[in-house]
Amino acid sequence: MSESSAATHAGHHREGFVKHYFFSLDHKMIGRQFLFTGLFMLVIGGLLAMMVRWQLGYPEEPLPFMGGFSEDFWDGESWWAQTAPFGIVTSEFYNTLFTMHATIMIFFVVMPIMIGGFGNFLVPICIGAKDMAFPTLNMLSYWTFVPGVLLMLLSFFVPGGAAGGGWTSYAPLAAVPDYAGVEGHWGVTLWCISLFIIGFSSLMGSINYITTIINMRAPGMRLFRMPLTIWSLFIVAILLLLALPVLTSALAMMVFDRLFGTNFFIPDGGGEPLLWQHLFWFFGHPEVYVLVLPAMGVTSDVLSTFARKPIFGYRAMVYSMCAIAFLSWVVWGHHMFQSGMDPVLGTAFTLTTMLIAVPSAIKTFNWLGTLWGSSIRFTTAMWFALGFVSLFTIGGLSGIFMASTPVDIFIHDTYYIVAHIHYVVAGIIFGIFAGLYFWFPKMFGRMMSETLGKLHFLLTFVFFNLTFFPMHFLGVGGHMRRIYNPEQYEFLQPWQEMNTFITMMALCLGASQIFFAINFIGSLIWGRRAEDNPWEANTLEWDAPSPPPHGNFLEDPVVYRGAYEYSSPEVEEDWLPQSVYLEPAVAGEEGHD
Amino acid sequence: MLEQLIELMNRLNVNMLNWLPEAASTYAPAIDEVFYIIYIITGLAFLLVTVVMFWCLLRFKARPGRRARYSHGNVALELIWTIVPTIVFLGIFFYSQSTWSIIKYPSEFPESSVQVRVVAKQFAWEFHYPGPDGEFDTEDDKMFDGDMVVPVNQVVGLTLRGSDVIHSFFVPEFRLKQDILPRRDIPAWFNATKTGRFETPCAELCGPGHSGMKGWVNVYSDAEYQAWVAEQWPAPVDTGVEEMGQEDMPQGGVDPMDQEDSGQADTAQ
Repeated sequence: MSESSAATHAGHHREGFVKHYFFSLDHKMIGRQFLFTGLFMLVIGGLLAMMVRWQLGYPEEPLPFMGGFSEDFWDGESWWAQTAPFGIVTSEFYNTLFTMHATIMIFFVVMPIMIGGFGNFLVPICIGAKDMAFPTLNMLSYWTFVPGVLLMLLSFFVPGGAAGGGWTSYAPLAAVPDYAGVEGHWGVTLWCISLFIIGFSSLMGSINYITTIINMRAPGMRLFRMPLTIWSLFIVAILLLLALPVLTSALAMMVFDRLFGTNFFIPDGGGEPLLWQHLFWFFGHPEVYVLVLPAMGVTSDVLSTFARKPIFGYRAMVYSMCAIAFLSWVVWGHHMFQSGMDPVLGTAFTLTTMLIAVPSAIKTFNWLGTLWGSSIRFTTAMWFALGFVSLFTIGGLSGIFMASTPVDIFIHDTYYIVAHIHYVVAGIIFGIFAGLYFWFPKMFGRMMSETLGKLHFLLTFVFFNLTFFPMHFLGVGGHMRRIYNPEQYEFLQPWQEMNTFITMMALCLGASQIFFAINFIGSLIWGRRAEDNPWEANTLEWDAPSPPPHGNFLEDPVVYRGAYEYSSPEVEEDWLPQSVYLEPAVAGEEGHD
Repeated sequence: MLEQLIELMNRLNVNMLNWLPEAASTYAPAIDEVFYIIYIITGLAFLLVTVVMFWCLLRFKARPGRRARYSHGNVALELIWTIVPTIVFLGIFFYSQSTWSIIKYPSEFPESSVQVRVVAKQFAWEFHYPGPDGEFDTEDDKMFDGDMVVPVNQVVGLTLRGSDVIHSFFVPEFRLKQDILPRRDIPAWFNATKTGRFETPCAELCGPGHSGMKGWVNVYSDAEYQAWVAEQWPAPVDTGVEEMGQEDMPQGGVDPMDQEDSGQADTAQ
């Protein structure tokens, strides 16, 4: 059934504009839709972060560019005049800013770009399929995502503003509207409903990925010949399938508590606030790996391609991703060491958390092993992949501190945690950029500017570290996260200069992304036409034309080897595509392309 | 050994943990020690990865005529970098565990000589003292808004009680942090080693007034503490007030923490 439905729509027929750009069944167009939506939300999420940083660097001073508004404007009833009187971020708005920043970056930027964008674009084409197993379900997955996005954005404009209970929305603060201290209860309610909806979108996507990868691989594409990006997306799809129902159920319970008088999480009615934390993090920790595994996969592929060397320990890379996925179910309690959970449980979760660090360490060492003895081509994609490795190293190592229960007593809920999550999760953006610079030619048939790209990398890498590394110092100094105004605390007075410095660096980091926007949009229009295989890479997507037509391949590919046969002694070139047939024991090249 | 390493890091100006607030409780140095050990281990790991990576970037840049080494891995190497991290991580686990259990396992709490109930509400701390009878919820209880007073070098037992949302009691100098849940009493303890006035922010987001929700722990010398107690709970004329250094003064009705075995507990510390 799946085979036939994919085959029928894979024909090269002409479609109308709406059918082509909006209600397309083509996995590549759906991938681009997710990508563009994610990039748009990246701009929103980034601007929210800039406002958070402004308030911390220059507490209760008007935001920049507010001078243009007249007195009448601030006296008026407009949304902005009410939300940020005289351009000053209020504490209610501040809570909304960091809550929505995290929510948007996780659920509306990294997930749609990595899983929706790269996943949809790459899964079928990298395994030699013409499309997803269920193209209509795939389209539905995007169009279920869109109302989630709209509701989340709309929630800024309801009375009381958007959710302000943190992206973790701990009960009872988020479960009882009165505790939020704002008029109007729709912020958190819409937050729940929006995430509830996009949960279904992700479920549809993950069912599709799993089915496609299991059933629709090209002849010869054994599981252990798949590129690591596809492996990571396969594992992530399984994680999502199992984890999202937990979040979705918890969100439904939260909405019932808020609107219909139940008491799942409200102790006054006999409920248990820690139940929310357990449910949330039972979803939330696999979610962290949902975010980071695809970045690891992309990084592995980009590193190997531009190192012109097979990935070091391919099977170990696959097994360590499987180990991470399995262990991710039994580490959630490390978010709750200080929560009032039995401290004996804390001991158990420390042990599992230390164990999950092992496969992450293996991956890092294998990346270094890939670089050793290589022949590196320093493209922009390569720089971003190297950037991801170095940021992930710092983020992974800083995680060991909070895995250690006694150290966590001190650094829990401080900027040390903020530094750590940004080195990991914002580091994933480096993986996204690596993937974008790498696959842009295939996605859009044009090359991006390498000069602008390298400038973008340099500025982003420098300002990223200048923004987030000093946050470790703040954390060591005891600076709490999620506080509106650090100047309210005497012991934080000496840190204000550091806060101002971080804010300036964060603004520069944000501004550096203009070079990406120019490069991305400019290359879409004026970029040099891309060849089919501009990077001389091995995987199947580079067999297809750039951009690939409906149905992807001009000839059905057959796979003869793994994805990483770079610098093989069997051929003269330093790459050997998966689909090229070699006569046994004869080193002559012969293939389709 | 650890001291020398810290000294070395100070000389190289790479000791991030210099930024830690001063350690002012009995278990603060123990936590800092774990912190330092992990800092040194992760620092070395970071150095190793960075050096190898930079070396690769410099040494293995593509040049015409040179080909990358065709290798799919090395089982011996991979075993090494699987086993060594496993041992290191397990070591950190066991090392952390001993400190954790002393601080947080209620079964291992030391006997306390002073009892304070900390009540958290949006957006303030209340500190309740049981008064001379040593019992909470009696007539001689006293509540102090935002200021806790405790004697130095004595175990203070805390009962953390929530009323509305989740808060978290944080004293940076004591390395003490514990979330507070509504309708639940969570026990905690500290033993301050320095006199002074220490800020106690709320560390868990608790609403629009979260920022600025703070109080103070005032650690007094014994004499000051006794004077404070005498001032708060003026005793009927009595001879029980002794001089400093002698913590066990259960009689006299001036010590609010008048629990049967408080004296012995102190000497046991």
